[in-house]
This record gives sequence, C-alpha cells and structure tokens, in this order.
Amino acid sequence: MNVNRRNFIKTGGAVVAGSMVLPPFMQSCHKLQISENVKSYLDHFEVSAEMLQKVVAAAMSKGGDYADLFFEHKISNNIGLQDGKVNRASSNIDFGVGIRVLKGDQTGYAYSENVSLDDMLNAAKMAASIANENATFKTGELTEKIPSGYYKIVRQWEDVSVKDKVPFVQKINDKVFELDEKVIKVNASLNDETSYILFYNSEGRLTYDYRPMVSFSAFCIMQKGDKIENGYSARSFRKGFEWMDDNLVAEIAKEAVDRTNILFEATKPRAGEMPVVMGAGGSGILLHEAIGHTFEADFNRKGTSIFSDKMGKKVAESFINIIDDGTLENNRGSINIDDEGNDVEKTYLVKDGVLNSYIHDRISSNFYKVNPTGNGRRESFRDIPLPRMRATYMEPGPHSKDDIISNVDYGVYVDNFSNGQVQIGAGDFTFFVKSGYLIEKGKLTRPIKDINIIGNGPQALADISMAANDYLIDNGTWTCGKNGQSVPVTCGLPTVLVKKLTVGGTNA
Amino acid sequence: MTKEEKYTLAKWAMNYALEKGAQQSSVSISNSRSSSVEVRGEKIDKLEQAIQSGLTIRLYVDNKYSAHSTNRLKKEELARFIEQAIEGTRFLSEDEFRTLPEPELYYKGDKGNLLTLDSNFSKVDPQKKIELAFAVEKEVLGKDDRMISVSTGYYDGLEERVMVTSNGFEGDSANSTFGLYGSVSVKSDEARPESSWSESAIFFDKLKKDSIGTTALNRAISKIGQQKIGSEKMTMIVENKQVGRIFSPLIQALNGSAIQQKNSFLIDKLNQKVASEKLTLTDDPFIVSGRGSRLFDGEGLATKKRTVFEKGVLKTYYIDTYYGKKLEMEPTSGSTTNLVFETGYKDLQGLVGTVKKGILVTGFNGGNTNGSTGDFSFGIEGFLIENGAIVQPVSEMNITGNMKELWSNIGEIGNDINESSSWLTPSIVFEGVDFSGI
Repeated sequence: MNVNRRNFIKTGGAVVAGSMVLPPFMQSCHKLQISENVKSYLDHFEVSAEMLQKVVAAAMSKGGDYADLFFEHKISNNIGLQDGKVNRASSNIDFGVGIRVLKGDQTGYAYSENVSLDDMLNAAKMAASIANENATFKTGELTEKIPSGYYKIVRQWEDVSVKDKVPFVQKINDKVFELDEKVIKVNASLNDETSYILFYNSEGRLTYDYRPMVSFSAFCIMQKGDKIENGYSARSFRKGFEWMDDNLVAEIAKEAVDRTNILFEATKPRAGEMPVVMGAGGSGILLHEAIGHTFEADFNRKGTSIFSDKMGKKVAESFINIIDDGTLENNRGSINIDDEGNDVEKTYLVKDGVLNSYIHDRISSNFYKVNPTGNGRRESFRDIPLPRMRATYMEPGPHSKDDIISNVDYGVYVDNFSNGQVQIGAGDFTFFVKSGYLIEKGKLTRPIKDINIIGNGPQALADISMAANDYLIDNGTWTCGKNGQSVPVTCGLPTVLVKKLTVGGTNA
Repeated sequence: MTKEEKYTLAKWAMNYALEKGAQQSSVSISNSRSSSVEVRGEKIDKLEQAIQSGLTIRLYVDNKYSAHSTNRLKKEELARFIEQAIEGTRFLSEDEFRTLPEPELYYKGDKGNLLTLDSNFSKVDPQKKIELAFAVEKEVLGKDDRMISVSTGYYDGLEERVMVTSNGFEGDSANSTFGLYGSVSVKSDEARPESSWSESAIFFDKLKKDSIGTTALNRAISKIGQQKIGSEKMTMIVENKQVGRIFSPLIQALNGSAIQQKNSFLIDKLNQKVASEKLTLTDDPFIVSGRGSRLFDGEGLATKKRTVFEKGVLKTYYIDTYYGKKLEMEPTSGSTTNLVFETGYKDLQGLVGTVKKGILVTGFNGGNTNGSTGDFSFGIEGFLIENGAIVQPVSEMNITGNMKELWSNIGEIGNDINESSSWLTPSIVFEGVDFSGI
C-alpha cells in the first residue's frame, strides 16, 4: 500500500505530470487518536480530523440523515507513439472534495476544488439544503477503517520518469512492425494513474485508499492490396511499473497484429437469429450488458429494470454462477474500499441459476434492507456515487469448448469486442463484435467481422445452455459508462453457448 | 475568476514556460458553474451544484511536444508543475511537425458577438429551477396507469475561457446552456420500456418549458408491444435527433489524424463524389446563437464557413495545424462547428407516407463502425412502416452495412431540423438497408 510513508507526495525527477506540489506539510495538530496511515492522508489533503467533523456538522445542519466527504487527488500521465516515435505526452492533475447529504433516498451534492475550511463549509451548506429543517448534529465517534490490500505494488507511477517509460512504448512499435510486413501504421500508448482517496462520514468512519492504474495499448493499421484494416490490443491492471517487461510488449504486439490479420479474410454472416458461442474472456461483455446493468439496484428500486421483480427467482440454468467481484488481485475493477467508504466483497449475483443479489450502493442497500455490497462507485469527487460493477464474470461450467462448438449447426463464434450497451427497461442489450468465426456443421470456418449482436437480457440469460471449464478474465481497458460517469471495470466468461441471439449481417 | 484574472494567470504561465526552456507555448484557462435538480415521486431526488476551473498548457520544447492540465491554480504549484512538465518533455522524441499555428491564420478579433452567453445566467432564481423540474413531472402524473417511474430535471451551466499563445493569439469565449428533461418508464408484460425527451437553449427565456413530460410519456407508450420482425433489406428512415449517430463516422473519416494515419474510408477523396447527390452540407461557425458557433477553434485559428459536401462531392477535410503539416495541406480546423444540411420538402410524417415497407429508427442501441473500412453495424428500435403508415413498434434488431454505400443510397432528406444540437440534422430516408431480426 505504501501509505506509511509520510512523504508520499513525490516531486520526482522528470515525472511528466509531476505529482501535485503542495507547500511543505502543514504541521497539523491532530488531537484525536488516529493512526499514522490516516494522518498521512489528512496531511496529503491539508485537512485535520477536526475540520472534517466541522464540515460534516455543517452538512447535517439542515436535518439530513447522513453525510459523507470524498477527497480525491488524481495524477494521470500518458505518453504516446505515432509514426515510429514516442513524440507526445500529456498529464492531468485533479483535486477536490465531494460533499454528499442524504435525506431518505434524496441526495444533495456539491464539491469544491479547494479544501480550505471556508470553501468546504460553503459546499456543505449547499448539499445540506436537500433537507430543510434546523437540526443539531452530534459528532459521532471517529472510527478508523483500514482498507483491504487488493493491489499492492512496488514502484509507484509517481516515481517513474518519462525516460524509463519511453523504451517500452518504442519497443511495442518495433515489435508490431517486425511481426508482419503488412503493417503500415502503429499508435501505441502508456497511461498511468494514481489516486489518493480520503473518506469520512457522519457515522464517524474515516478511511482511505491508494489506487494505482496502468493501461498499455497498441493500435495497428495493416494494408493488403487496396484493403486496409485495423486492430487493437491492450492490458490494464492496478499494478506498478514493475509490471512492464518485454513479455508484455510481445503479448500485446502479437495480439494487435493477429486481430488485424484475421480481418482481411473476414466476411459477414447472414442476418438473423442464430446460436452464438461466446469465447472465453472478453465475452464477459455479455454478462456486463445483458444482466450486469439491469441488476444495478438503483434501476430496480425505481422499478425501471426488467429484473425488478425477479429476486430469488430462477433466471438461468442451475450450473450458472455469476459474480461481481471487487477483490481480484491487481484487477482493473478492484477497489479496497468503495467510494462510499464501504468494504468490498465478492458478490454472487446469480447462484446456481437463481437471482441472488442486486448490485448495491448505500441508498439501495438501505431500501432493500441488505448489507452494502461495496458497489457504490463514482468517476471522481465531482460525482454522486451509484451502484456500479467491478469485475463481472461467470464461474466455469460443466462442458468443454469443443463440445459447445460441435453442438452448433450454423451460428457464430465471437471472442473480440469493442463495445456494448443496454436498455435497462426493455432489457435489450448489444455488443459489437470486431472479429470471430462462422460455425458451420460444428466447425469454425470463415472469419467474420464488424457485426453487432443484440438480444434481450432475461431471455439471453435463460438461453445460456452450455458453459465450459475454461474461464478467463479479460484484462483489457474496459470502461463502463452510466449517467455520464466512467469507471474502470473488467469482465470474464468461460466459453458459453447462447441458444439464440440476433446477429447483424446481410440478407440474401 | 474574472476574465482579466484568467488572462493574467494564463500569460504568467505561458511566460514562465518560455523562461524555463519552452520555445513556444499556449495556455488556456476555463472556469464553469453548473447546477441541476432531479425530481422523482413528487420530491427532489438530487440537488447538485458545482464550480470548477482548470488550466491547460501546451509545451513546445526543443522540437518536442506535450500538453498538461491541472485544477491546482496557485502560482507556486503551477510553477513546479510547469517545470516538471518541461523536464519530462525533453525525454520524448523530436517531432518536426509540432508548432503553434501560423500567426496569420489566427482570429484577429474582427467579428461581432455570436451571442452564445445568457448575461442573465446568475439571475435565474434557484426556486424557479426546482419549480420547472416539478412542472415537467406534473404534466404526466396520473395521466396513464401503465407508468412505473417518472424522473424529470432541470440543469444549467456556464463556461468561460481564455486562451493565449506565445506567437500572438489572445481570445476569450463563453457559453451558457439551460435544459429540461423528462424520462418515463411504462409497464408492458415483462418489458418496461422507457423514453425520455429534453429541450435545451442558450438563453433561459428561450428554453421550451412545456410538453416535455407529455412527449416522453407518449414516446414510452408508443413502445409498448415492441417486437422484432423478420430479417430483410428494407427502406430506413432515421429520425432527426438520431441522425448524428450514423453521420459521425463520416465526420471522423474526414479528420486529419484519421487521414494521415490511414484509418479512414475517405482517404484521397477530396473533390470526388462519395455520397448521394442529395447530400449538401455546410459547416457554418457564424450562426447567431448557434450551438456550435465560434470565432476561433481550439488552436486559435479563425473559423470559416465551409462546404463539406456539395451534391455528394467531398469538399473539405477537418485538418488542424499538426496534421496539416504532416499531410502538406492547409489547416481548416480540427473540429466541426454548426453543420447545416440542405433540407428537402417533407416533415417526418411526410417521409413515412412515402415508404412502402420500411423501418423508422427512433433509437440506436450500441454498435460501431470500422474506421478503416466504413463497415458498420448498430442495434436499433423504432417502428415498422407499411404502405406509408406506422403499423407496430419494433426493437432488438440490427442494421449492418458500409458507410459509403449507406450515404450513397439516400432516398430523401426531410425538412424537420433538430435545432437542439450543433449538428442541425433533418430526418433522412435511406434505401436498401440490411436489417436483422428473426
């Protein structure tokens, strides 16, 4: 976690974004009993525990039921390659505090980019106005919550110079060109991000998190005759600089080239309903779109999800277990605490084919009178937390990949995707297939590309008739959008057969 | 921050960068204010308010380039931020094409006000905002037993920015926006179709404040009984507000970066016919109070009115300074302003009346386009049209094809401009589109 060091605001040499530079640490006087860990976060944000209590008291002054403060300092860096050279870099520093007040299921929200007591009190008063009576708030006993450690790292990105990152980005370019003479252009990029989070609420909970993230990607363009095609590959984790090595470079380069190469021979399937075999890994997008969003409890408590009245009911074959997990080691979707300060868990959404849990934030877990699942997430301190996914995947099933494919007379096998979407109420979900194969008489035959697949969530879930024992998490740069907020997620799936989905294609 | 304060800080940051080793630099500073209220179940669901500011600096150091932004605007922090950014930039490779624009292409402050800011922005009473959101809800409450949930809301925002460059550009701009929306879910057997409707305006007094809830409700009810139909090649009408979804891949293909990186299906097509002759389109930055109106672009380049397509012939690419140099082409501007379509003679109902068998697309659901080839596939919902009349709602279907073919097969262009966007799109009829359903 690297949080014991008091001096973790690095000025670092030649770190592009530089870390944020604060004046020398204020010699804060913490009268309350708090650990060094928490103290270092308070110092990082130049606040004291007493200030937090004053701001929460102001937030609760109009009779709110609950209030929380979410401090965030995010440092992002990018270096990029185009036309053979690492010739661009960018960085961003974002800093502020979000103040939320709840009255029942009503929310008042304001944020401040400055954390002086006056600025925070002003924001707190605005957020407080969701309630409208005069009340006095008795400060709760301060309790420190030590977060879990799902992403321990060795070399923090803040300490890594541009100089040390450049060679990896250059190598991936050279590797892609080396792999295939049809390559005409490569764009590569390395993004890293470090977030410091400090959280305090009206129940007295004081906690924090340190969130590293890295994404490394290559996009290549290849030309064969007069045909041009493109392909993309990326890996993303909550890991440190120690993760970067030549094997990683080779893996991403090869995947980008392979994914592009297949497109030159690809055709489009015939339009219409057919069996769809989802390959292990990124096919988890099926779970994310078909059921993940519709299991988010804000939609269900409002009655607007197609799954609103299905809790405890059989929704899939008995061998199907679907999980949303915030605890996978170094996973892009993992979080040590959620953005409402709650513990994070491995949540069974579907257990033995039965709808077992929705995806909850604080408001919805109160509404349903269940424990929070640690899914309250937000894009930044500017945003209200919502029920959001983390890593969403299905456990292995009883079948084999070969059995599944040989079961299909005419259909498609898909394993490379770019994006998906869902309509919560109608339940219609889609995902876009960059490439896959036709299945004809139980065998993979011609490649296919650039088709959308659409289905209906409850029906598709019920139509998963086979699941293989080859479960894989896809560690690409999956980002989930909802109400204008983006959060990092991942997904995974064993090879499964969906009996029937509508596949984009051509009509004879 | 006042405009003068922003200029002073921007110039200080730019000069500091030059002093510390950058040969060229540009700095922009923006600040914004926004508020919103969302209403549900006859009470306020969410109340939000925000004020923010940010600085972006572009650095050109020994023929190397980088760009950085921060919302920490105290000088002592900015100084360290800029120093570190310059130091990091030195480790990059040289890029001979990176420079600020040629000064003669900058906007010179010689044009009038485009009226993109409501000077009364701060005078709107907060209580009035709440009342407006409730009024949208009130339009529909109790109007239909099938309603499950209604969310309505009001929002507003104001953004002011200044930009300076080390080779002589100074400019500022400001925009305001006000909006109201309603979203209604209704019950139909298993499904719970939802529809929303919104209105927005640059000036509070011009914001349309009625019929928003009713329109959302009627659109939701019209979806009851949605089902997919058989796969078939058919005529497609795309409703005006949805046209942007299938038009944006064309605009992306015209971008200098896509052209230079060979990731476009419209490379080397200038002055060639690439779409139906029914497609004539102008990029007009000077529409008074237009949503996309501006006197200069993100680099400071003076905007110009340009023809993009003339009877299907491609007349311009969107090229910024950097890709202009790489492509040896004059920069035009890297992004669109207001896109004005030459319209036809019929409204949406008139267009529906001409279709023997087809689908009116009122919403897209996912899908994508291959930038290199133009191959696309999108999920859709809408209505089946037979013999000029709408006969049933459809959903859970895909359209699949190629952008060049799609835009070459325009049947007719409507006259029903969507004025709530900078892309002033009318409804458009396309012939021979591959639909997949059952």
